[in-house]
Amino acid sequence: MSTTTEEGALTKKDFVTSNDVRWCPGCGDYAILNAVQRTLPELGIPREKYVVVSGIGCSSRFPYYMNTYGFHTIHGRAPTVATGVKVANPDLSVWMITGDGDGLSIGANHLLHLLRRNLDINVLLFNNRIYGLTKGQYSPTSEVGKKTKSTPAGSVDYPVNPLLFAIGSEATFIARTSDTDQKHMVETFKAAQAHKGTSFVEVFQNCVIFNNKTFDPVTGRDVRNDQVMVLEEGKPLVYGEDGSKGIKLNGLNLESVDLGENGASEDELFIHNPTDPNPAYATLLAQMAYPAFPTPIGVLRHLEGRETYEDSVVQQIQSSQVDGEGSLQELLTGKNSWVVE
Amino acid sequence: MSPSTDSFEEIESAVVRFAGDSGDGMQTVGERFTDSSAFAGNDIATLPDFPAEIRAPAGTLAGVSGFQLQFGSRKILTPGDEPDALVAMNPAALKANIDDLPEGGMLVVNIDSFKKMNLSKAGYETSPLEDEEFRKKYHLVELDLTSLTKEALKDSPLKPSDKARCKNFFALGFMYYVYGRPLDPTLKFFSDKWGKRLPELAEANSIALKAGFNLGDTMETARNRYQVSKAPVQSGVYRKISGNEALVYGLVAGAQQADRELLYAGYPITPASPILEGLSALKKFGVKTLQAEDEIAAMGMAIGASFAGDLSVVATSGPGMCLKSEFIGLASITELPVVIVDVQRGGPSTGLPTKTEQSDLLQSLYARHGDCPLPVLAAHSPSDCFDCAIEACRIALTYMTPVILLSDLYVANGAEPWKIPNVSDLPKIETKFADPKEELIVYKRDPETLARTQAIPGQAGLEHRIGGLEKSEDGGVSYDPENHEKMTQLRADKVNGIANSYDPIEVQGEKEGELLVIGWGGTYGAISSATKVLQDEGFSVSSIHLRHLNPLPNDLESLLSSFKKVIVPELNLGQLSTILKAKYVREIISYNKVQGKPFKVTELREEFVKYLSAN
Repeated sequence: MSTTTEEGALTKKDFVTSNDVRWCPGCGDYAILNAVQRTLPELGIPREKYVVVSGIGCSSRFPYYMNTYGFHTIHGRAPTVATGVKVANPDLSVWMITGDGDGLSIGANHLLHLLRRNLDINVLLFNNRIYGLTKGQYSPTSEVGKKTKSTPAGSVDYPVNPLLFAIGSEATFIARTSDTDQKHMVETFKAAQAHKGTSFVEVFQNCVIFNNKTFDPVTGRDVRNDQVMVLEEGKPLVYGEDGSKGIKLNGLNLESVDLGENGASEDELFIHNPTDPNPAYATLLAQMAYPAFPTPIGVLRHLEGRETYEDSVVQQIQSSQVDGEGSLQELLTGKNSWVVE
Repeated sequence: MSPSTDSFEEIESAVVRFAGDSGDGMQTVGERFTDSSAFAGNDIATLPDFPAEIRAPAGTLAGVSGFQLQFGSRKILTPGDEPDALVAMNPAALKANIDDLPEGGMLVVNIDSFKKMNLSKAGYETSPLEDEEFRKKYHLVELDLTSLTKEALKDSPLKPSDKARCKNFFALGFMYYVYGRPLDPTLKFFSDKWGKRLPELAEANSIALKAGFNLGDTMETARNRYQVSKAPVQSGVYRKISGNEALVYGLVAGAQQADRELLYAGYPITPASPILEGLSALKKFGVKTLQAEDEIAAMGMAIGASFAGDLSVVATSGPGMCLKSEFIGLASITELPVVIVDVQRGGPSTGLPTKTEQSDLLQSLYARHGDCPLPVLAAHSPSDCFDCAIEACRIALTYMTPVILLSDLYVANGAEPWKIPNVSDLPKIETKFADPKEELIVYKRDPETLARTQAIPGQAGLEHRIGGLEKSEDGGVSYDPENHEKMTQLRADKVNGIANSYDPIEVQGEKEGELLVIGWGGTYGAISSATKVLQDEGFSVSSIHLRHLNPLPNDLESLLSSFKKVIVPELNLGQLSTILKAKYVREIISYNKVQGKPFKVTELREEFVKYLSAN
């Protein structure tokens, strides 16, 4: 068998395993799996270079359904294992799958450190705002007041915003997409892979059993044109049926305005610039939320140029070996040995 | 400069302890005395003893830092039960250590520090040096070290406060005179460390050292000087080595002998941090070091690197082991090689973080959920850390398993002379990866070792998934009850089979008799010495020191049955003895000490002799 697969010869089929997929019927994870299996063959990377690493939770069963190298690890700790894989072999394309509980509760510390270290790893965080595999407790992204089995009187926790968390961790690529939009998912995953550094992608994902339709007020078929704002680099922040509304800056806040003859002109609107090094803009976007604002999807932040962790590790080793590798015998002997005759 | 030897009294060995404030540089002078003694050809063992605080309030008992070493012309296995000479830099150091100094012992004190405030900080109402009985009890040498040092450095450009800080080397110089130590290794140390960067400091310390030495020469008191001749050792090239250093070198050697890249992930923790620091300095050897965000992450990184084909290593202490437990279970079920080093310290919890203990044995053996046996081994001396590190790498890679290697603070920080091995004599570690030309069966096992096949990401045709869920042989997730039992048993059988690869147990003494002493880890020196003393006195006693604690050696059972009594001395409440009782169902005498200190040879001798009939 050859050690590489011919580029371009891969199809979605090559990434499907023979394992039965065991998510609940109607789960948003199926759509995400489909999008990933459609994305990977198109990236020009041989199949054997892909490693999919996950933690624990419904989303984290993902590696078993991907016909690549895969590692289903323990709860919250996937970023650490992914880091070990990538540093050991920077040539691999590492995809990390996590969820809102796995990534932002038990594993939030590791996620923070992965993002700030900027390893060239793609992180897909499936946010369904609920603990699914443990059968329906509220999660760190559940809204205040949410009634679940563990919060019969409503949750009193203030939720974490995954995008703000990523901005605070100084992630160099931050995006959001939705399980309801195949095309957008594939585009977003491709952009994530194209970025050199850690790519953080929040995927709105529906849990059909324990938190059904949680994103429907935003991504539901009948409302999404008014509630979802698709971000496109270099274009003004426009949304709504026929692009009838836009977003402009008012003081230090965003304001939604109607466009048209009696409203604002496009010139007043924010032009989407994900490469702005100032995190203020991405922070404003990340805070836009239903019902006051449309919900942005797409790439919020994209900074190139920061060295990746694994490259720095390799470079330090290479520069210390310019004059050759160390001699073990010399190391053992040291500088203060003595001879006994 | 080399001392004359005309007025020396020949002695076989000596124990010297330096004690002062934690900012007084006692560890540094202890290290230098060790180097000088190694250079003089003595055998040596050292015991650094320092507080958990970096700088506790000056002059208080909490801030006392000490360094004891024994050097001799015979085999030296311990840093000595009690000092022959004590150097006390202040009243607190005196108070904290004087009970260990036997009557007639040499006591060198810095009288400049015996002022009212320092005395009261140490809890003395009046100076013990004014007490006539105290003065008679010891061989007292009162030196106004601070003033003497300042006087010797009167021409130095250093600030007065910096001059006073050189007093530790003045005291060291004086002790070099007493024990006829060569000055050259220390002078070289000064020039290597400060010669380029701070030449005034190198010069001042050299002057202080020589001034202290010369003071001894000119004091004209009828003071004894001692001569400790070279120890008879095998010919070869030697160096001084600490346990943590030896461990670092052993890991690099293990990776090289296995032809694997070494990746180390660690989180700072006493007393394991020097392993992280030591390996971080070895980039020339291709060593990848990651300082993780926590103990858990370090273990995860190691597992990820192991999956990707590196030889991965973590080192920590007890609290870190607790945090790594869940991940160690993952490494066990996925059957990935990882070397896990636990440099033990006093526990539980933060416990005694800078004191030694052997209390993580049961944790290493059992602290995981599920049936999860793992190989566990322990290093018995600083230089043994080198051999044990290679052995741990061998077991991990040969058997595809995480391995726990126990060290302890006493072994890690202690130092001894080490006969440097020839790299060409080191054992090769043969490992193999899955063949991409064959169909991969993830849990297909080597018939001899039961190790599973390892396939490295990046190879076409070997794509596969591993994970924490139970798997069947083909690598698929399996909830089948019988498969789970079979796989659990296979993992246990694999670990048990490691015992087939051991060398026979080395017995110190006869292979049968009245009393067998069984030790493990850092108690080796004290147990061997006490056994030797009793053997020389004619008692029927032998000792063994177990390197492999799981699985236990196959020849242990028959050895146990060849002795009437078995005693297990441990620096815990009886952990190995519990294991031996359970496994061999026989009477085992436990002898335990949990004071953060190593055993003394005398206390072991006194205990062992209780179980021996008069000869």
